[in-house]
Amino acid sequence: MKRYGEFNALNGASFQTGEDARVVALLGPSGGGKSTLLRVLGGLLVPEEGSVLVNGVALPKDPEGALEALRQNGFVFQGYNLFPHLTALQNVTLPLMVVHGQSEQAAQQRGQELLTRLGLFDHLHKRPAELSGGQQQRAAIARALAPKPRLLLLDEPTSALDPVMTGEVLDVIRELAQEGQQIVLATHEISFARQVADWVVFLANGTVQESSTSVKFFYDPMSSLAKEYLTALTKYR
Amino acid sequence: MPNSLTRRLIWTFVLIAGASLLLYATFASVHYPWNWSNAWSYRFQFLWGWGTTLAISLGASIVSILVGFGLMVGRRSPTTPLRLFCHGTVELLRGSPLLVQLLLGYYILANRLNINDPILVGMILLGFFEGAYLAEIFRGAVESIGASQREAAKAVGFNKVQMYRHVIIPQAIRRALPGTTGQLVSLIKDSSLLSVIGIEELVQKVRIMNSSSYTALEGYLPLAAAYLIVTLPLSWYASRLERRFAFET
Repeated sequence: MKRYGEFNALNGASFQTGEDARVVALLGPSGGGKSTLLRVLGGLLVPEEGSVLVNGVALPKDPEGALEALRQNGFVFQGYNLFPHLTALQNVTLPLMVVHGQSEQAAQQRGQELLTRLGLFDHLHKRPAELSGGQQQRAAIARALAPKPRLLLLDEPTSALDPVMTGEVLDVIRELAQEGQQIVLATHEISFARQVADWVVFLANGTVQESSTSVKFFYDPMSSLAKEYLTALTKYR
Repeated sequence: MPNSLTRRLIWTFVLIAGASLLLYATFASVHYPWNWSNAWSYRFQFLWGWGTTLAISLGASIVSILVGFGLMVGRRSPTTPLRLFCHGTVELLRGSPLLVQLLLGYYILANRLNINDPILVGMILLGFFEGAYLAEIFRGAVESIGASQREAAKAVGFNKVQMYRHVIIPQAIRRALPGTTGQLVSLIKDSSLLSVIGIEELVQKVRIMNSSSYTALEGYLPLAAAYLIVTLPLSWYASRLERRFAFET
């Protein structure tokens, strides 16, 4: 359970993924708790009640333990949230040096390699304000990937982007999924989720309504809320 | 296309010339009896006072920035007594006259602590007074860095100190710069009050000069110029710094 004051953002959000689930999609209407659940899974928020088990071990709740657990994960947000006073490359290298203790040389190398791979070779030394939304989001993905995270958590990474830029960013995520990166993705891109996700968790009103394999969810959803949601999303597509 | 620097220089010169002419014409129209030779004989006194003002302002600036930073951190502390203490200190220092603070601070507090160096005490008292204003300027800048930046800093694994060191303070400095410059200019001018604790800084030297040489404005005009010689380069340097820290958000 995660509360904000009186408001229960998550209540009864229990689920367990299958053993082989690598890409988990969090779906559901806005305000249903996707973002909160994603932050709780990644250790960015500590729940008031209940626990998150990773391979059978609970995430620690004391501040220091939680920070250590958090540092094994990478986050990407809807609004990119790059640091505006740093260049794209510095955004990637600073956490590597400060948090993960890498040498400047190693961090530079890792940063250049990743940003080049994500198509930002020409933009290494630009500040976020000089980059397009799609470029910013790819730089944010590079920042999250740089320390080789156990889990990459993406919170509606394309909701602020136009269709072309959305395509750029989804291509990157699909490639990562194919390479075996473990991913948790909160999204409204339903056809993308259908393509890449192995497991779907459907949330509404702060409660997990459904948790099943992707195939089962898309072809035979159990709850009426999920059925309504899928119908609404596919109406104009 | 004319060079923009040349254009700015030409306009600066024209405006200064215009202002000087206006000033001269005004004085000419009231038939002010100038007596520069008496004033000139006090030039070394004047320079000595100017040096004192500079030294005190520099020391007090450093004190005020440290005090301002400390009070800002204290006001944001989760510990209630510390937070209240710093809030109260800021309100007392900002809300009461500098004159009273100087008199009480020097003749009572410093006296009790057996510190007899008026320059040192003056620097510290002035630094605390201006530091209270700086604390609020710094606090506004730090609190203007949004929640999404804090969350991003936490998400990449920064602890609290690292978050402030690498994310919040570098962005806050830019937002605090214009206000801080203004406050430091005020500090330089407020240093003239230190004559009440017996420091012969620039204004006091000019008063002495005026009363002993039977002149009036012959001291005060150079006085204004002497302050401008310090405050104008400070403002210019600050605007250069602002451009260096400039980045769009």
